[in-house]
Order: sequence, then C-alpha cells, then structure tokens
Amino acid sequence: MNFDKEFDASGMSCPLPILKTKKALADMASGQVLKLISTDSGSVKDMQAFAEQTGNSLLSTDEANGKYTFYMKKK
Amino acid sequence: MSSKKMAIIATKGTLDMAYPPFILASTAAALGFEVQVFFTFYGLQLLRKDLSTVMISPLANPAMPMPVPMPVMVQMLPGMESMATMMMKQKLKKHGVASLQELRDLCLEAEVKFIACQMTVDLFEFDKSEFIDNIEYGGAAMFLGFAGDTDICLFV
Repeated sequence: MNFDKEFDASGMSCPLPILKTKKALADMASGQVLKLISTDSGSVKDMQAFAEQTGNSLLSTDEANGKYTFYMKKK
Repeated sequence: MSSKKMAIIATKGTLDMAYPPFILASTAAALGFEVQVFFTFYGLQLLRKDLSTVMISPLANPAMPMPVPMPVMVQMLPGMESMATMMMKQKLKKHGVASLQELRDLCLEAEVKFIACQMTVDLFEFDKSEFIDNIEYGGAAMFLGFAGDTDICLFV
C-alpha cells in the first residue's frame, strides 16, 4: 500500500504508539496515509479506538512475526 | 462537534500512582479530548521540575510484584525505596513504557491543562519555583467549574 509517512513504534508500550501516531499525523495533509509499525499487541484495539474517536480512517491492520502494521488515512 | 472533556484529580505522588493520570490525560488529549488535571496533596510532587524524587515503596504495598518474597522487616531497611524505584524504572524502560517526564511533556504538548491546588501548595510550603512553569494555580471551585461539564471525571 502506498503511504506518505512511516513511523516505527517498535518496542514502545501503551500509550506511546497512539501518542506518536497523533504526533505523526499532525503535520500531514488531509488524505495522506501514515504507515505505523508497533510491537505492542494492545495497539490493535487502541488504533481502532483512536480512528473511531478522531475520525481518521484505519485502512488496514496486519500482523506478522509479532509486528503490527497499520495504515491510517488522515481525516 | 464540540470535543469531549475529561477531568482528573491526581492526589498521589508515588511512581506507580503517577502513571495513570499522565497516561490517561495524554491519551485522551490525543483522542481529541479537552483535559484538565488537578494536582492536590501528594499529587503536587508530579509537577516538580525534578521528578527524580518520585519513588515507589514496597512497604505497605503488598500487591507490588517482587522478584523475591521480601519480609516487611527487610522492606523497612534504609535504601530499600531507592532500590525498588531503580528496579521499577528499569522494568518500565525494558518494556518500552514512557518515563513520567516524557508522558508529562506529551501532555503539555497536547495542551492538557495542569492545575496545582493553591491550598496544598501553601500547606506544604512549596516554593512555586520548584514546579514546572506552564501550570495554573487554583482551588476546588475553579476545578469544579470545568469538571462539572465533563464526560469523564476521575479521582486518582
């Protein structure tokens, strides 16, 4: 999937992946896509909740070898 | 759509009890909440410029997981608090949990409003120069003015 920015939050625990996502999205334009990588299993549900609450769209969530990859489109 | 609001009353000044208010405040701010945290009594310690005095004690804290069982008589010994604090900080770091300083900075960056209870500042004779700069001083009525209109209000 195409993306405009990438942030690797590997090794970070709750709530850092969410806070870093928020920061990463801050200087992006509407419609741009952020790729976020996390190793925190809690971030799967947290990213869903973040998307629901903030109105940004979570395009996909994938897991491979303990790494979670999220694509989020900025509102 | 007007944003949701959350108010937290932080009354504890130990390392373990410092995390919940900072984690919830920073996360709520990231979710778009307007957040205020009212620091009163021992919670004021969390507003000091220097957070290294925020410690954890195994004493009277039987729920704290310990690597080896430790009798209360041993927990009372000098230096045990520093040791427990050091071990807890190492554990937090190893698991990728943010430091208190980092979470507090993220809160401020996200415009979480911190209010120090003026009465307790006076009671404990704290010097305002010991606290971080970007906070407000106020009383219960000021806080309740905001808290009365929130979606979530927590006492920690």
